[in-house]
Amino acid sequence: MSNKKAAPALEKLQGQAVQNRESLRGKTLILVGAATCGRAVGALDVARVFREEIERLQLDAAVIEVGCMGHCYAEPMAVIYKPGEPGICYGYLNEGIAARLPQDYLVEGDPCAEFALAAMEVHEYIPTFQDFPRGLIEQKAVMEHCGFIDPENIDDYLAVGGYSALAAALDREPSGVISEIKDSGLRGRGGAGFPTGLKWEMCSSSQEKTRYIICNADEGDPGAFMDRTILESNPHLVIEGLAIAAYSAGAGKAYFYVRAEYPLAVERIKKALQQAAGLGIIGKSMLGTEYSLDIEVFQGSGAFVCGEETALIASMEGEPGLPRHRPPYPAVAGLFGKPTVIDNVKTLSYVPLIIKNGAGWFKATGTEKSPGTAIFALAGKLVNTGLTEVPMGTTLSQIIYDVGSGIAGNKKFKAVQIGGPSGGCLPEETLETPVDYQSLSKAGAMMGSGGMVVLDENDCMVEIARFFLDFTQKESCGKCTFCRLGTKHMLDILERITRGAGRPEDIDLLLELAEDVRAGSLCNLGKTAPNPVLSTLRYFRQEYDAHINEKRCPSLMCKDLIAYYILPDKCERSCDACVGSCPVEAIFSNEDRIKVINQEKCVKCDSCLVACPPQYKAVIKVSPPDEVLRREKGVK
Amino acid sequence: MILTEEEKREAVEKSREILSKHDSSRGSLIPVLQEVQSVLGYVPPDAMQEVAGHFNIPSVDVYSVVTFYNQFRLTPPGKNQVKICMGTACHMRGAGTIMESWERVLNIKVGETTLDREFSLERVACVGCCTLAPVAVVNEAVHGKMTPTKVDGMLFSHRLANPKEKEEKPGEQ
Repeated sequence: MSNKKAAPALEKLQGQAVQNRESLRGKTLILVGAATCGRAVGALDVARVFREEIERLQLDAAVIEVGCMGHCYAEPMAVIYKPGEPGICYGYLNEGIAARLPQDYLVEGDPCAEFALAAMEVHEYIPTFQDFPRGLIEQKAVMEHCGFIDPENIDDYLAVGGYSALAAALDREPSGVISEIKDSGLRGRGGAGFPTGLKWEMCSSSQEKTRYIICNADEGDPGAFMDRTILESNPHLVIEGLAIAAYSAGAGKAYFYVRAEYPLAVERIKKALQQAAGLGIIGKSMLGTEYSLDIEVFQGSGAFVCGEETALIASMEGEPGLPRHRPPYPAVAGLFGKPTVIDNVKTLSYVPLIIKNGAGWFKATGTEKSPGTAIFALAGKLVNTGLTEVPMGTTLSQIIYDVGSGIAGNKKFKAVQIGGPSGGCLPEETLETPVDYQSLSKAGAMMGSGGMVVLDENDCMVEIARFFLDFTQKESCGKCTFCRLGTKHMLDILERITRGAGRPEDIDLLLELAEDVRAGSLCNLGKTAPNPVLSTLRYFRQEYDAHINEKRCPSLMCKDLIAYYILPDKCERSCDACVGSCPVEAIFSNEDRIKVINQEKCVKCDSCLVACPPQYKAVIKVSPPDEVLRREKGVK
Repeated sequence: MILTEEEKREAVEKSREILSKHDSSRGSLIPVLQEVQSVLGYVPPDAMQEVAGHFNIPSVDVYSVVTFYNQFRLTPPGKNQVKICMGTACHMRGAGTIMESWERVLNIKVGETTLDREFSLERVACVGCCTLAPVAVVNEAVHGKMTPTKVDGMLFSHRLANPKEKEEKPGEQ
């Protein structure tokens, strides 16, 4: 360690940043959520309209494109800070509303409460986020600044005290930083839950002087988007965490391994790295100390297995991403045979906060064995999908009903799928399970990276199991025979069942194969691949039985086991909505001008069911398909 | 898909240009292939041979990397790229039906390009727009809440907007 201190150098930079932002003081700030989720529904158009209106009205205001606050259901969103008034968050925006707000609110003073989601502080007649159950349960640590700072401007991050933790860490011995992290009990948030401090210590005690550190941002679980959101909303937080980890482990080179499907995240990290290097925060003699760190971005090429650390290393070495045997662990012999620490985006995001606030602060939240908060991506049939950060130990029902506001469309809850393709489906009776590493694995799911997909009564559990197995089977790298062929065989059986060709002995065969695949696979992709099948068999056995024995899909989802049918007594003769909607011209009028579906032509695309006006609701799905024949005969 | 001599020549030239900027350590292999794909839109056999020569490894090793990762394409992309999100949320809301509709109207299977190279059809992992499910991404624009009739409509309006292109295209090149 050098005698030069990093803290004074950083304070200067922070002071400079505050001064740079001085020009914004007294201005109205309009923060538009422009992460991928917002952009998909037109956030950039909303931002453009805001700018045009401000220009037209000659207002003293600035439009800033920020990241995501987590309320993805209400995108496009914007927060407007008018000087002297509490900030107001508007949701479900479009170009029309965006064109109105500057005139109505900024000029005439009407805050347009009808478009407001919530106020950021106590407001006369708009509730704050804390007035909703969601606001009470959520506890934002990592996501505190997501959606409120400009991810493309380092001044914003510095002005809220950014990089202070890095400076503090640089002024301590690496061993001191490691023991702080060990003390906090921080566990890897990528899924496995390995104690982070221990990993760093293993690497730092190596004899080998060339060491690497990699931030794993290869978030491949379908239905998970936490890492993407953090990288897009607050890239400097992750860079700071990565730099602290590198300093502690004694690495001189660090990498961001980012998925190819996240172009915006790559762009924002690259920009953030440039800015940080420009100010001397990373790079040669960081913040005036003797420590130097070079950070590079490596783009993954779309292989789910590369989320596994040894496969990730193989892909960085230019090989196909096949996992390798452990031990030796990467912390001993990793990238190019050198000691390598690999940490998930979320894990690294906690690091600056722990250094800044101390291990005790971190341990004060969550449960004893799983301290801190957990970040979940809520998707599926919920009212309010999005991203949420809650203390470990929050129950599933709190997350689903209070944070996610329950099931959309008055449907009945059926299951929640946690942990992606490696996780499991939990039914209603397990909803009081607290979310932490131990409780979830006991219930048959796993923490995984934090994707949570909620399923309702219209979702078939056999089909869900088939979907996830189809995913893992396609993504299996092919190294281990059981994973390569076992998952294929399991998938064949599940496909057979969803087609109505299942045999009674299939379930025992599935269970046997699941055990073999688990035992015969090297990495966690294979070891956990049977989980979706096992958990659905455990909790939803009756659905499998209905498919196999009655050739019937109780949720009316499996295409081969259903047929579309138009109820003659409900069909309105003068209406032709379904006929027009059918892409294959399978619907015709009979002699009574009642519409009938030609089952031979029907491709079961669901268009007619959607097209049938709600006052008639004449189109229904029936299972098994020969139910149609029975009904047609019954009518005649 | 049969490549023209012109395309082969371009593949070799562009690959050489890219390779001249990189060292020959194996760790650069994937970044090089990514660059080839971003310039050419796909990784043709001739480019793979050039790359293999540069890294001094057998062509089959390059082929094994290209075919292992989902990102790399072996056929040229269509002028309009249709990508269907196959994430969990989209799947539960009928992404499979949407995929079948595109396959039906374009008369190709997923991963293929139409003979006139006008459209290519691909599946992508979650694009993070789960609230808009099912989602199709056409070129860079995200289309949410897809239905089979919307697929017909999009193709129809595309053909209305680009009526002459098919005749002009051979003349241009």
